[in-house]
Parts: sequence; structure tokens; C-alpha cells
Amino acid sequence: MITKRIIPCLDVKDGRVVKGVNFKGLGDVASPVELAKYYSENGADELVFYDITASAEGRKLFTDILCETAKSVFIPLTVGGGINTVADFDRVLKCGADKVSVNSGAIRNPALVYEAAKLYGDQCVVLFADIKRVDGVFRVFAKGGRENTGMEAIEWIKRCVDSGAGEVVVNSIDTDGVKKGFDLEMLEKVSDAVSVPVIASGGAGCTEDFITLFNTLPKVDAGLAASIFHFGEVKINDLKAQMAKNNIPVRLER
Amino acid sequence: MIAVIDYGVGNLFSLKSSLAAIGAKALVTSDPELIKSADRIILPGVGAFEDAAEKLSSAGLAKLVISEAKKGKPILGICLGMQLLFEKSYEYGEHKGLGLIKGAVRPLEGAIPESLKIPHMGWNALKIKDKACPLFKYINDGDFVYFVHSYYATECDEAVTATADYGVPVTAAVASGNVFGCQFHPEKSGETGLNILRAFCETEG
Repeated sequence: MITKRIIPCLDVKDGRVVKGVNFKGLGDVASPVELAKYYSENGADELVFYDITASAEGRKLFTDILCETAKSVFIPLTVGGGINTVADFDRVLKCGADKVSVNSGAIRNPALVYEAAKLYGDQCVVLFADIKRVDGVFRVFAKGGRENTGMEAIEWIKRCVDSGAGEVVVNSIDTDGVKKGFDLEMLEKVSDAVSVPVIASGGAGCTEDFITLFNTLPKVDAGLAASIFHFGEVKINDLKAQMAKNNIPVRLER
Repeated sequence: MIAVIDYGVGNLFSLKSSLAAIGAKALVTSDPELIKSADRIILPGVGAFEDAAEKLSSAGLAKLVISEAKKGKPILGICLGMQLLFEKSYEYGEHKGLGLIKGAVRPLEGAIPESLKIPHMGWNALKIKDKACPLFKYINDGDFVYFVHSYYATECDEAVTATADYGVPVTAAVASGNVFGCQFHPEKSGETGLNILRAFCETEG
């Protein structure tokens, strides 16, 4: 049976991982190359690289670092941030990305999902949706969660999946950073609405949050988090051992 | 030297990197002379069967792969590259494959329980049927590998060396003499995947 995936997300700015990291045995704690290798050898099922640079130089540096990382990481690698055109897909795929996630780029130009899926296959296109409750309605936010697009989230996600998005990352702005658990209500709505894999993001604070997620919502395929992994609050191998004890299918290293 | 056949299908970055990581000499090429002089051939592939089969044929490489296989050169098909090794595929119509392994490729849709998602995507455990298969020299039953596919090989019982459970046993790896295939992506399957590639590099022609 397909296992539930645990995915650390690395926010990269000017060639460095932001949100401090502190691991024993890691020479350069902010080096995306070293951190990615560490994760891939310590239980991560997939990695997400998120480019949060705004400048052209930053983007070039990001692409170089992606290339360097992909040479020594042999698990699936998803890249997001600054993906606005099919040329951006091409740029990161040539540097070793396996999947590309789109967010604001798809909001500005919804045809991007369809065009990219046609060229690279549905499995390559990951929709990243920042969602927040506004007056009791789930709304899609753009620009890293700063701007309310006014679009209803479930409709938006369904539309993108129909256009070819092969996976959906659901990032709840309401629970992000709170560390009190994933947004189960939002995740249930999305996983009932689409048949492609759903990745939960935003809110994980401890091991128990992942166990609650997968036990409550067996339809959710993966859990994504950043700081709790980077700070070593949750070690991926320990988390997966706990998941296995709770009868959640996971890939355990031998 | 390993010839990784380049026929314009899919992204070969990870495959090149993983072969480099295990110290294998590999060349991504569509040059018939280089392919002929290689010790081994890897046939990669992502995308649609018909398109890939056409590209391989029109580049004159389908006949070459068949003749090299018949000479006894070890060949490894990966993902769609594995599916191309079979006689035919029923992906959007009926299309002819290389016919190096007996069997046909059919949709997972309708073959697996409706509750399961398509594509079969993610990490799944290998159930090894043929422990003696040279590809499994360095791995164990139950090791995890990474899959992404919506079609699977059927009617190929004799060639199946490993399956993965996805409601039904899904053909995960096949072998017929010097011709091998993996439905999963060894280049994306961590240490297990590298060990499978390492074993392929040691197969005898």
C-alpha cells in the first residue's frame, strides 16, 4: 500500500535556508544542499524547495543551488516560488526538480496549470493553495497569503485539478505558525472535493498532530512542515516510527 | 559505459545524477554508434505510450534496441521505458511496443478498487517474487520504491520479478533474460533505488 508521506519544506532566500536550523553533525545549518541531503538520508519521503527571493540574481542563485542539491538527493523534489510561466517550469525541471508547484502564478494566469500539465504531465504540476476563512468562507489568498483574491477555495482547487494539477498542497493560513495541529475541517472539505493527492500544510506542532491528521482523514496523503523539522522539535524518523505504531502506513528505513 | 537513450521523452537529470553517484559511466545519447558500443542500455521514459513509441521508432532506435537486446546486451527499461518493452499497450487505443517481453500494458482504472487514487503515486513496498533476479542483489523484500503511473503491465506472469500491493498486485519489476524493467523510478527511490541501479551495472550480458 502507498505510504503516507512526510515532507520537509525548505524556504530558500539568497541561497540560504531561512528560519534557522540547528542540527548536530550539520556543518552549515543554512546550506540548502547540506540540509536537503540530511533530510533525504533521515527519513524524508520528499522535499519541497521554496524560492522566496524576489530579485533576478536571487533567482539565478536559487537555480544554481537547486542543481547542486538535486545531484545528491535521490527522493522526489518539488520546487515552488516564482513560477509564473512555462519557461519557469522548464528552468527548474532542467535543474533536477521532479514536480513544480504553482501558487500566485496560477492565480494571475489560470491557463498556466493546463499548459504545464499538457507539456510535462499532470504528475508534474502541484497546486499550492494558501487558504483562509473570511466571514466563514474559505478564500484563496495570493502573494504569500497577503492578498485576498476573493475566490472560493474549493471551487478554485477543483478548477485547477480539472485543468491538470496532479496534487494539491492545502496551506491553512488560519493554523499556520500556531502549532496546534493541522486544519482538519479545511483538509476534509478539500479531500472530499478532489481525487488527486492532498498534502496538508500549516499548523503541525508535534508528532501527535500528524497522527491525528492521518487517523482522522485517511484520504490525506502527506503532511508538510518546516520549522518543527528544522529546529529538531520533531525528528522525521521518530515521527514515522510513531506513525507505524499507530498503524499508519509509512516507509521505514532499514 | 551505459547508454541512456535520449529520445526526447522525460527529464533525465535525476537518472544521470544517480548513475554518477554510484560511479557508473553513463552517456545520454541518441547516437546509434554509441548505443551499439555501450555495455548496457537504459531506456527511460515519462509520458504517453503512443507518443514515446513513435519517437523511438522515428529516431530509428526501436529496431536498434531490439537488435542489441537480441545480442544479449543488458537493457533496463524504467517506468514508461519498461512499458515499451512489452508487446502492446492499451493506453488510449492499442499500440505496439518493442515486444521484448511477453505481455500487455493496461489501465489501472477498473483494475484496482475505486477508492484508490490514480495515478499510483508515492512510496510502495516491493514484494519480491524472484529473489534470484540480478537486480535485487543488494535489496530486500519489503524495501520501498517510488512509483508514478496510471497504466501497468499484465499477462506477463513469467517475467514478473516483483509486485507492489495497490488493491491488486501491480507489476513492479520484470525480467526476461538480459532484458529488465522497473515500473518505479530507481533514480527517485533513495538508497534502495541506487542499489538497484548498482546491481544493473553488474549484470552480465
